[in-house]
Formats: sequence, C-alpha cells, structure tokens
Amino acid sequence: MTTPFRPVNSVSLPATPVVCNPPGDLAVGARGIVKAFGVGDARTLALKGADFEASQGELHLIVGPSGCGKTTLLSVLAGTLLSDQGEVNLFGTRLTGLSASEVTRFRCRNIGFIFQQFNLIPTLSLVENVSVPLLLNGTLRREAEAKATERLRQVGLAGRERQLPTQLSGGQQQRVAIARALVHEPRLVICDEPTSALDSLTGHQIMELLSTAAKAPGRCVLIVTHDPRIYGYADRISVMEDGRVTHVHAGVLLSSFIHSENRS
Amino acid sequence: MFLLALKMLLGDRAKYWMLVGGLAFSSLLMTQQYSVFQGLLAWTTSHMRNMRASIWIVESRVDQVNETKAMRDTDVNRVRSVEGVDFAVPLFQGVLKARTADGADKMIQMIGLHSGTLYGRPPHMIEGDISQLRLPNSVVIDTLAAEVTRLGSGVGRPLKVGDVFEINDREARVVGICKTERHFFGYPYVFSSYDQALQYAPRQRKMLSMILAEPKPGLDTAVVAQRIMAETGLRAFTVPQLEASTLRWVWTNTGIPISFLTTIVLGFVVGVAVCGQTFYSFVLENLRNLGALKAMGASNSLLAGMLLFQAMIVGLIGFGIGIGLTALFGLTIAQSGQPPFKANAVFVFQSMAAVLVICALAALFGIRRVAKLEPAIVFRG
Repeated sequence: MTTPFRPVNSVSLPATPVVCNPPGDLAVGARGIVKAFGVGDARTLALKGADFEASQGELHLIVGPSGCGKTTLLSVLAGTLLSDQGEVNLFGTRLTGLSASEVTRFRCRNIGFIFQQFNLIPTLSLVENVSVPLLLNGTLRREAEAKATERLRQVGLAGRERQLPTQLSGGQQQRVAIARALVHEPRLVICDEPTSALDSLTGHQIMELLSTAAKAPGRCVLIVTHDPRIYGYADRISVMEDGRVTHVHAGVLLSSFIHSENRS
Repeated sequence: MFLLALKMLLGDRAKYWMLVGGLAFSSLLMTQQYSVFQGLLAWTTSHMRNMRASIWIVESRVDQVNETKAMRDTDVNRVRSVEGVDFAVPLFQGVLKARTADGADKMIQMIGLHSGTLYGRPPHMIEGDISQLRLPNSVVIDTLAAEVTRLGSGVGRPLKVGDVFEINDREARVVGICKTERHFFGYPYVFSSYDQALQYAPRQRKMLSMILAEPKPGLDTAVVAQRIMAETGLRAFTVPQLEASTLRWVWTNTGIPISFLTTIVLGFVVGVAVCGQTFYSFVLENLRNLGALKAMGASNSLLAGMLLFQAMIVGLIGFGIGIGLTALFGLTIAQSGQPPFKANAVFVFQSMAAVLVICALAALFGIRRVAKLEPAIVFRG
C-alpha cells in the first residue's frame, strides 16, 4: 500500500538539498546527475541535476511522489543505467570513469540487489537462486551453495533450500531475495520498493533484516520506497521531487519528518 | 552458471519439449530424406556393382549406365583390337516381360552375359551354379525375382532352383539364385547367357547393349578407356567415371534431387522457424530474470554463452532423437528394401552441424535481445 506524499517544505524547493547530520564515511556520492529518456518532443528529463550522498553503516531511504525520478536515480547509483551528465562515486570508485565491463564487474563484486517483484528465477531452487551472485563472482558451485544455505538459514528459511520460489509466500520470497543480495557480502545493497508487495507484519520483518544488514561494517543500504510504514527504520531519508533531491532528513529532523508523514 | 542456465530451460517444460520436438522433426526430415535420396542414387548405379567390370563401353551418345543405345556385334572385336585391352565381352541389358505366379506380366531386368567368360556375373550366389547359364533356357534370378515378384505361373511360392517360368513366352529354367543390389527401376534381375538373352528379347537390327572390358595387367584403366574411345569412337568409362556420369545425368535430367533437396531445405527452415520462435519467446519470457542477472553483474558474454549453451543442449538432444528415429526408419524398411535407404556418416555429422547452426541462429535472436537489454529494466514496474 502506498501513501500520498507531501513534501515537508511546501513553499519553495531549494536547488540543492538541505543536508542534516551526515553520519559516517561516504559510501555513495552523486553530483549533478542528469538523465533524459526519449528524443525530440518525447524527450523527458527524469533527473535534473540530482545530488545525493549516503554514508557507510546507514540505511538510507529515497522517497518522493511517483515520477519524481527515484528509481532512475537508484538505477544510476547502481550502475545499471548510464547518466547523461554528472558523477557517481561508490566507496571511492568513480563509476562514471569506468568502462561498461568494468562497471559490470564492480556491480558484481560490490552491489546486492533486492527488487520489488523479487526477481527470483522460478525454475531454480532457493539455494540455487541465492548462490547466483557467488557463481557470478567465480565461486565454485559447492562452496557457493554452502554459503547460500547459511544465508537462507539466517533469513529463517533453513530446511527449504531445495524448494522452488513458487512454493513460498511473498514475504518468504523477499527473504530469499535478501539472502541473495547479501550472500556475496556486498558493500552496497540496492532495494527497490522491498515492502510494497508485502503485508505490514512481513514488511516490518523484512525491514528488520535490512536494518541489521545495514549495520555491517562498511555497508550501506539504499531503499527506494513509497511505503511510509518503513520510514522509522531509516538513518536518513532523501526526499526527491521533480528530478532532484530536495531535502535530506536525519537525526531530529528525521523524527519530525516521519511524525509529519505518519500524521498525514 | 551454465548448469543453472540448463535448469532454467528444463524448468520450462513446454518450451523445452517444443524445442526438442521441433529439432527432432527437423533432424528426422533432413537425415531421413537425405538417406532415401542417397539410397535412390545408389540404385541408379547398382548395375555397376552387380556386374563389376573395369571398363564399360557404350554407344557414343550414352551418358549413363541405365541407358542403352544398341551397337553392332562387330564393335566387340573393334574394342578387342585396341592395344592394352586384355579382353572384351558383349553384354545385353534390357527390360523384358516375365509371367508372375498369378499369371500377370512383370517387367524384369534381363542381363545377358558372355557365355565363355560369364564376365559381369553377380558377385553373390546364394544357391545353384552360375556356370549352368551355358545350358539352354537357363537363368539365374535374384532374390527379388524369387521371393517378392513371385515369378512363375502356377508355382504359388518363391521360385527355387529347378523351377521353370516364362520370359516373353519362352521357357526359363532357374539354375541359380543370387543376391543383387536393387536397381533404380525396381525390376528384379534375371541373368542369362548373352546368346540366350537375345532369344528372350524381341529381335532388333542391333542388339549389343554394352561391352565390358578388362585392361591388361599393370595398365592404367583410365588410359586404356581413353585409348578405346580414341580408336573406336565408342564411349568408354572406368567405374568412377561411369558412376559420376550417371549421377550427373540424374542430377541434370530428373527432378529427384530438387525434390529431395527441397524437403531437406524445408526441414532446415522449419527447424529455424520453430526453434527460433520458441527460443526467442523463451528469452522474452525470461527477460526480467536475465535483466536481474545482468544487474547482478552477469556480463553480456556470459549471458550469450548461457543462451548458446541452452540452445546447443536442446539441439543435441533433438538431433539425437531425430537421428534415432531415422535409424529406426532405416531398420524398419531394411526388411522390404523400399524405399531405398543409405545412411551416410558424413551426412549425419553434417546434419548435426546443420541442427547446431539452427540452434545458434535461434540463440542469436535471443542474444541480440539480451545484449540490448538494460539491466535497469528490473527496476521498472
């Protein structure tokens, strides 16, 4: 379930975000990201010079109304979409300076993905699904499956390794997706609406897992969401509107933002 | 990852069986039709294997072994006089009528051998004695004549040595049964002496169909054949030359190759169409999964390899089933001998290559699609 979003500052939107209390070392940095889709009259600017920062050890939410560019920004930060302008820096590596194959290798080693629709391969067992990132990184199958089994145990799916994703509930599938995203110990975990397809209780259980994952040393969890029920798990929330990050809430301001959102 | 790729494909049972079925059908069509075609071509040159002569001399306008334009009897002596010819003998070959068990007439392939040497006699005698062809009204028949055609009015069973039947209303006594390779026209072979064959055949001004010759020991057959042509004006072929000329004649004068090749090409096209469409639809259905793999760090080359691997595996399975069905067809018809069937190891490998090409083409469509796929697709709703 999604909640209509109201910006905190409804009077004027600053060109650069209001940043409050950045916590640790920089994990993700983006400056002046511009991304357009289509050509000619159909050309649409999805990102209009967006700036973004996230630190290591934090769970960072990106929120905003539909069409504001959240998913596009997430795709650019994850290196799955090339921006037209701007720079992306992940853990000290300038992503925009890498070749396509280098970006692919970087993603493979350093980023874990959790998708809204889980994107588990339906014909593979849970353990095979979870071992995919390890296999992509060159781990041998036996070792990969051992690690995947351990990850499944950690997300509460011990003993179900050989089942197929279709035999699981939505929440359980998302747990498998989390296990898959974390199995190769990535430094950045990218989540696209991880709770939108789940009920409230399951959504909270999933967020507990992600919140714990974000506390791992040197890791950062980025979540794009419409779901105000999970705002309470965030260390920081970046608010996007019209292709830019307009506000960043942390600390005391974060609590007041969450409070105001929940009231609305 | 390749094992997982295979599991992805096997998991979609409908598509997997559609692919395997399409490729098996395609393989069956290609190999079965080619084997029948090869068998048919082999039948066109069966005279040469049933009569085994080193040099075949025919009238100057004859292009192939099944064609006869009669020569003068004196032409045998002209050939004998050519330097390098060890011996040369006359041969009659013609299609005559014989009476079957039920009283009907059946065409036979009459071969008249030189009675002195019996040069050109069939290689495998099953029963009887070929030398008895020198006796009056005697013939050696092949197993097709004895068992399938059921020659012999009133006999009512396969002919045996000692049985009598009629050829052109003349008595023919069976003195032997031989095994021959079946002829393109499908007529059974009946061997007799040259002089006797002329008695059976309707009388014409010229009756000599062919001359079979042997070069002197140590001489090159092709050179002697060339010399015969130069000195007599007749046409002389070595075995490979006559075989090539006969096959060339079949290719250029009959619709058989075009007909079979069309079917073989259709088999290939059907394979490409069915396999390509099914595999592409498999790729499209898995686009989100492939996009997720790409987002997680699977390179284009890895995904291309996975798709190619999937396609090749179904290709080999489909080909295996197809070639198995072709072999089954070959074994089933081996009893009756019809239609002709001649399996060819080289073509089996060529068919396998063709099937793998089909699979590669099918995979190519998918690979192109995946190569253009933006991994960011997985973030779209």
